[in-house]
Formats: sequence, structure tokens, C-alpha cells
Amino acid sequence: MTSAEKKALKLNAVSVREGILTSTHGAKAGHPGGSLSAADVFTYLYFKEMRIDPKDPKNPDRDRFVLSKGHTAPGLYSALALRGYFPVEDLPTLRHIDSYLQGHPNMNTVPGVDMSTGSLGQGLSAAAGMAKGAKFLGKDVNVYSLLGDGELAEGQIWEATMFAAHYKLDNLCIIVDLNGLQIDGRTCDVMNTAPVDEKFASFGCDVVQINGHCFDDIERAFDQFHANKGSGKPTAILMKTTKGKGVSYMEDKAGWHGKAPNDEEYAQGMAELEAARKEIEEA
Amino acid sequence: MADIKKVATRDSYGNALKELGATAENLVVLDADLAGATKTGIFQKVYPDRHFDCGIAEANMINVAAGLSTMGLVPFASTFAMFAAGRAYEQVRNTIGYPHLNVKIGATHGGISVGEDGASHQCCEDFALMRTIPGMTVMCPSDDVEARAMVKAAYEMTGPVYMRFGRAATPVFHEEGFNFQIGKAEVLQDGTDVAIIATGIMVPEAIEAGKALAAEGISARVINMATIKPLDEACVLAAAKECGKIVTVEEHSIIGGLGEAVCSLLSEQCPTPVKRIGVNDEFGHSGPAAALLKAFGLCADNIVAQAKAMLGK
Repeated sequence: MTSAEKKALKLNAVSVREGILTSTHGAKAGHPGGSLSAADVFTYLYFKEMRIDPKDPKNPDRDRFVLSKGHTAPGLYSALALRGYFPVEDLPTLRHIDSYLQGHPNMNTVPGVDMSTGSLGQGLSAAAGMAKGAKFLGKDVNVYSLLGDGELAEGQIWEATMFAAHYKLDNLCIIVDLNGLQIDGRTCDVMNTAPVDEKFASFGCDVVQINGHCFDDIERAFDQFHANKGSGKPTAILMKTTKGKGVSYMEDKAGWHGKAPNDEEYAQGMAELEAARKEIEEA
Repeated sequence: MADIKKVATRDSYGNALKELGATAENLVVLDADLAGATKTGIFQKVYPDRHFDCGIAEANMINVAAGLSTMGLVPFASTFAMFAAGRAYEQVRNTIGYPHLNVKIGATHGGISVGEDGASHQCCEDFALMRTIPGMTVMCPSDDVEARAMVKAAYEMTGPVYMRFGRAATPVFHEEGFNFQIGKAEVLQDGTDVAIIATGIMVPEAIEAGKALAAEGISARVINMATIKPLDEACVLAAAKECGKIVTVEEHSIIGGLGEAVCSLLSEQCPTPVKRIGVNDEFGHSGPAAALLKAFGLCADNIVAQAKAMLGK
């Protein structure tokens, strides 16, 4: 990745974060914390990694993305809007009664959403089905699925991972957002899912551990995914992140899992993001 | 009925999949370590590359099917009714029903005719669970001929389908080439005193009951309601208006199944006395299928008795 590319990604990530604040503020509800922790990987996926075309969102040969941690729809919607799937101006209608932007991803109403999700534990299985389908049809399609670390307590995640390894789905990229927090508190206190790396490795995945806010790291992880093609192993990218990343008062606070910023908080958050943009532009 | 050919509709399911597989190249079959029992093994033998065993992990299987369907494939996800509709209810509801995906669920071993395995495996709640999902087609065939036609019709339609098949061999009464239509009831015997609306393996019992009632001078209309949802409302309303009394028969709880679907329709549009024959809010138990069906009143004798009681005879 060139430094110009990296700069563009960083600026897009700021815009994705702004979209997260704008949509949850407009909704007066929603899940900003886990959307912000995944904002950088959303940006990388939709602006660099995936072979997609916003003008042809149903192309059968496109790469697929399944947001298994579906409550972070604001992050996905923000990236999709910014990428051109639908107007950025629609983001504040999130969760409104007359909006197509449902509280959790709906593949039939939101352009660019490849699978309806929201009930934790189910998305990865659907992604594995897509990856299996692509292999069966002889299609060169990559399938990416983003999971939360709290979500790893769902037994179905491990059913799906077993299935993916059994059927040698090396076209499946599992991404885990290890922000360490869930609704009831720290993941290590609520239900300790550690050691996550050993779990995925023992289930037959190639495990890559990265800083989820560093684009060099993210690039390295996806390079590893591509290098794993032919190995028969699914890739599990474990990214250490900060919940609420980029908005100071939200960072590493479980309370911001499912709460929208009020007007004052919104203004402060947007000002912080604007400052971050300036810093990137001037760097 | 000893001389009548008997086939279990789970065999029909496996045979129909195999037959369809010859031309339907996008048809794939999933199972959860029960291919020998659900009879998808019949398909697997001929098309091993299109049969994906998911192991004993039904929740994952249902959502894998959802993913496969978005790739343009038509998956038939197969396991016992207890696990397809029961264990994986929420997977079916949220990841097949809500996005209205083109997944077919082939659920075998429905009802108490599962027999010796007992209550843990005798699913009498599947119609109720599946009926509540918007857009879900729910069907239960009455014999081998109808079951095979149903599988083909399910493949040919777009959208989620739940089909319940039986474990026990039951009489085949349809002629080959029977024209099955989703959502269309079949009037097997006309009558005006009482209408017997049955589904699944209760249909042969209803036919027998219809004949026994006729011998006693009672004119019973016998209806095969293979599609439980969407219900053939016109047929039910006509039966209510023309017969005035209804008996429903199903190998399912009297709560939430065919009987309640009929009652809901009639209470709103044509209030009519209805007697629901089914499993009476209790669990099944172990025993031979035929003896269990008798013990639970899921037999021609009880249909006759209930119909006569309604008529005050």
C-alpha cells in the first residue's frame, strides 16, 4: 500500500466514523461502540479488499460480506453509503419507521447487504454456506465475516468454524473484533472467551493477530488470507481494537455499546473527528 | 388394509430428491448425521458431491443452507422435525424466514409415529412453530405419491418451505401422476353432514372413517389438507357452509396446528363447530407406531366416534 493509499483509507475511516455518529444520533439509538471499533476494517474491506461494484450490488461473482455482529449495522451502513451503495444523506434515518435502514442489516432493503443478520452466532454459518457454495460452483468468490468477541460465546460460532475447516473453506475469512467489551461489561468477566487464538487454531484455522486500527497490520492480515488460498484452511484474523475508537468519551466504555450520543455529545464527537481529519490531511 | 402398498414418506423424500437431482443441477442436500434415517442417503449415493453432511449441528446446517441459497443453489436441509423446527427454530425464523430465502426444509420423523424412540424425538409442535413465520409454506403429505410431488413442487417454487415427512410406512392411495398443487386442498369424498379435514398420515384414517360413517348413513366430506400454510381457505369455508360441522385430524398438538388454523379462519369468517383431533397438550411416549396412534386417538375409530358425537349420534 502506498502512503497516498494509506492516507486515503485513513480519511475514509474518519468519514465512516462520522457516519456512525450521524446515524446513531439520528436514530437516538443503535450501537456506536462496536461500530467504531470495526470502522477501520469496514473501511479496508469496502475501499480496498473486496471485489465489489456499488452499481451492481447483486453481481453473482462479487465477494461477500456477512456482518455476524449485526448490531454494528451503523458501521456497515456508513461504509456502504460512503462507497456509493446509497446516499450518505440517508444515514440519519437509521431505525426510523419509514427508513430502509433497519436496526440490524436487512439484505432485502439495504443495497450492498449480503445477508440479514442480528441474532448473534448465525452470520458465520451463513458466510460458511456462501463460501461452500462458491467452491461448489467453482467461483472465485471470497467471503468475509465480522464477529464480535462477546459473540464467540455462542456455540454456533464453533459449529460453523468446524464446518469451514472440514470443508476446507480457504475462501472464508473470519474477522474477530476483539474490543474486549460486551453489554454486561468486560468480556473476560462476563464470559471469558480467551484464548481466542488457540481456539481458532485448534478448530483448524490459520490465525493472524493484528492491531485492528493499523492499516499496515490490516493489509498484512488480508495478504495472509490470500496466501492461504490452496491451503484448505480458513483464515481467522483476530484484531485487537478499542471499543468506541476515535470518539474520546466512548473509548473503552461498555456503556457505549448500545447508546446514541445526545446533541452535545454528537457535536463533541464530530469535532474530534474533524480534528482527526485535519491531522491526517496535514501529515 | 394389509393388502395395500405402504411406504414411509421419508423414503418418498429421498427418492424424490434423487429423481430431481438428475435434472436440477442447482439442487443440493444437507443433512446432520441422519442421512440413513432421513433417507437423503438415497440422494447421496447417486450425487455424493451435492450432499453436504454438516454433522450433529443443526443450527449451523440451517444457516449454511441460507448462505448456499444466496449463491443461487436450492438447498434441501434435512433432519428430524424435532431439530429442524425445534432446535433450529430461531435460525429458520431469522436467517431463512426473515430474508425470505429459497431454502427447503425436509423434516422427517414428525409426530408420535416415530414410535419407540419416545417423546424426546416425537415432534408434535412443528406445524405451530413454522406457521408463525411470515412467508413460510408449511406442508405435510398424505402418502408416497403426494410426498414426491410435493418435493418437486417445493423445488419449483421460490421461497422458504417446511415439509414434514413420517417415519412409519403408511398406505399409498393416490394414483401415480396425481396433480399436486401447493395451497390446494383435495376433496377425497364428498359429503354434507360433516367435513373431516386431515393432514399427513391421518388422511388414510380419515378416508376409512368417511367410509365407516357412510355405512351408518352419515355423509362425511373427507378433505386432504396437505398444505397447512397457506391454508386453502375457500375449501374450508365451503366445507363449513355446506356441512356445518368440522372435524380436524392431525398427528400434531391440538395447539397451533391444522385444527387451530381452521378454527382461526372459521371464527372470523364463518363460525362453525369444530372438533380438533390431535395430541392433547401432552408428550408422547415409547411404543410401536400403530399402537401409539391408536392410544392417542389418531385413528379412524376415534374420527368416527367424534364425528358422530358432533352430530349427536
